[in-house]
Amino acid sequence: MLRRFVSVPRTLPLRATNVAAVRSHHIVGVHRDTKVNNQKTPFTFSDENKKEIEKILAKYPPQYKKGAIMPLLDLGQHQHGFCSIGVMNEVAKICEVPPMRVYEVASFYTMFQREPIGKCHVGVCTNIACMLHGAEDVFAAAKDFVKNNNADGYYSLEEVECSGACTNAPVAEVNNIYFEDLTSEGIVQVLKDFKQGKAVPGPYAGKRKSCEPEGEKTSLFGEKAFDVRTVTRTDI
Amino acid sequence: MTKSRGEKAFTDSKEKTTNYQQTTNINKHQQTTKQARMSSLTRMSAFRLSKRTLATVAEANPNRRLGKLSDQDRIFQNLYSYYGKDLKSAQARGDWHKTKEIVLKGDAWIIDQMKKSGLRGRGGAGFPSGLKWSFMNPPGWEKNEGPRYLVVNADEGEPGTCKDREIMRKEPHKLVEGCLLAGRAMNATAAYIYIRGEFLEEAIAMQQAIDEAYAAGLIGKDSCGSGYAFDVFIHRGMGAYICGEETALIESIEGKQGKPRLKPPFPAAVGLFGRPSTVTNVETVAVAPTILRRGPEWFAGLGRPGNAGVKLYGISGHVNKPCVVEEEMGIPLRDLIEIHCGGVRGGWDNLLSIIPGGCSVPNLTKEASEKALMDYDGLREVGSSLGTGAVIVMDKSTDIIKAIARLSSFYRHESCGQCTPCREGTTWLSKAMDRFVVGDAKPEEIDMIIEVTKRLEGHSICGLGDAAAWPVQALVKNFRPIIEERIAQFNSKHPNIEYGGWVPNATIYDGKVNGLPKNFHH
Repeated sequence: MLRRFVSVPRTLPLRATNVAAVRSHHIVGVHRDTKVNNQKTPFTFSDENKKEIEKILAKYPPQYKKGAIMPLLDLGQHQHGFCSIGVMNEVAKICEVPPMRVYEVASFYTMFQREPIGKCHVGVCTNIACMLHGAEDVFAAAKDFVKNNNADGYYSLEEVECSGACTNAPVAEVNNIYFEDLTSEGIVQVLKDFKQGKAVPGPYAGKRKSCEPEGEKTSLFGEKAFDVRTVTRTDI
Repeated sequence: MTKSRGEKAFTDSKEKTTNYQQTTNINKHQQTTKQARMSSLTRMSAFRLSKRTLATVAEANPNRRLGKLSDQDRIFQNLYSYYGKDLKSAQARGDWHKTKEIVLKGDAWIIDQMKKSGLRGRGGAGFPSGLKWSFMNPPGWEKNEGPRYLVVNADEGEPGTCKDREIMRKEPHKLVEGCLLAGRAMNATAAYIYIRGEFLEEAIAMQQAIDEAYAAGLIGKDSCGSGYAFDVFIHRGMGAYICGEETALIESIEGKQGKPRLKPPFPAAVGLFGRPSTVTNVETVAVAPTILRRGPEWFAGLGRPGNAGVKLYGISGHVNKPCVVEEEMGIPLRDLIEIHCGGVRGGWDNLLSIIPGGCSVPNLTKEASEKALMDYDGLREVGSSLGTGAVIVMDKSTDIIKAIARLSSFYRHESCGQCTPCREGTTWLSKAMDRFVVGDAKPEEIDMIIEVTKRLEGHSICGLGDAAAWPVQALVKNFRPIIEERIAQFNSKHPNIEYGGWVPNATIYDGKVNGLPKNFHH
């Protein structure tokens, strides 16, 4: 389930442009059959993933197989490229629930992509902390870049709600890998680098290692970590 | 054994009470009254006083300016990735040290220690942790046979909050060990860690730590050789903020839409998979092992009474050096920003407003920020709340209406749609706030949205409705003139604006609004 860095071979053609222009406020729970996504689109889990499914199912009590719906949908999404109705049906079969129970889960959570997406799916956070650091410009730059460099449908872009890396704002997540401390130029560089497989996650341009204040240390000065064993109470 | 400041404060209070005069920050009134008291005290009454002060720790120096935590009092030594996150490095920092002995002390002992430490939940509500954990063990709990769960809430989605991420990717073993100890206190059989879907790196780090712990026999059928069986699982969320609400989180693990449940029954009675469960924040669980190891007195000696301990603060927005830092509870907000973040961009005087605890708490004006102390009571005194300790700083270049409108839009997006007041109210608020950004409204509408927030507040199953209402209420309370000015500006250019930002001859045809002048929001 957690091995998502490996890019999944794409079996389906992508839409030419995948640029979301507006915030996805209204998650429409409607499914419309398309050529690549209909009840007849075949989908079965690969042998490797079937082993993974065993592991996932073991985490939940046997009478609550349903708990595995979310991880299985995620697994299927990564095998198939997006969360098609075929994936949902297959998951319903495995979890022994009516397909509707899976559809409602898939349409509730925003990370289940029910339409084809690019191999490089970019989410730019524009929530308050990122916005204060110019995330709107970052998003505009990304949008502009994707618009002009997406003949092969490699990229898809969306505006996401808080990514949870606010001290490293603005943040973009590319296939859930975080790129932080971005600028308008930074995001374009990241997108270019990502295609060539040399994008470096974390704070952009190596300004800092992670969430520490830039420049001089303000805490944790010591050479070595403080060892709690030296102050552990003696009565245990 | 070197004594940290917390321990020192505690022992000092035991020894003597006469360091009243040494306090530096004491205000004049207090000083004179205390001096008068001291001079009239006989030796006998001084003895009584010294006995009385045993009850609380901070009385040793009631006006100590909190903060400037020493490094050895910091729980998360690897906060900045200076050291490794693997088991060996974690053990070198003291993780998993004497865990077996603590597990063997039993549930009542652990809960008692946690109660003594004064730890309050770090997820926002600030409920005393020891008490919460004890709800899992009502009299006769043993008769209810079957699994019991600890659920760790790592669905960190509150804008501004980024502390749990650092714990999971840098100190995963603190969390795994915390799961075992908290689980032991609750007599839980397994822990589910619900990590938000976007946190892939964090989920991988956690999974590695869990695998390491299983391989080393620290958790599993015989945790640390204590004979206690305990499992830890990871469940990844898929991008829904509402799953940070405890019952929505439980629903989500059960493979349903994340829609909060009505309470009661509370999760401690009927929770995950229909079994007793308790949902706690990552930080609360991750600090527990260190507290148990160093003793509750150490933790209680830091911060103010009722607001004990240390806390991770994440400072973002318009500061020179945004960072996540572990500091003492009750550190003045201004100190936090100036010591660790290099001050507000353009100097303190350039400050406009601060949101002190993540997006759902009311914002503070500059005046309030100046005197705010960063703990539960300190922020309540200035009309806000500690929330998750996520400080968002806004300087004077900020369009405060736009900032709050962005939050309203966030809540509109994240409302699960279960309760009508929240589903509709957040949408109304967001639409109205979007119009206020350009000023496309009538001045009376400011009071109207306040009324909407009042209808929204407290009328939904979970707290999302309240969270959506408070930032808007605080905006109107603190920055009403700015909104009024913007509306007046827009109205001077466009007379005849009606309620909802319409003009008389505007129409809707084929789903599109026609007849509005340019710059109108619709």
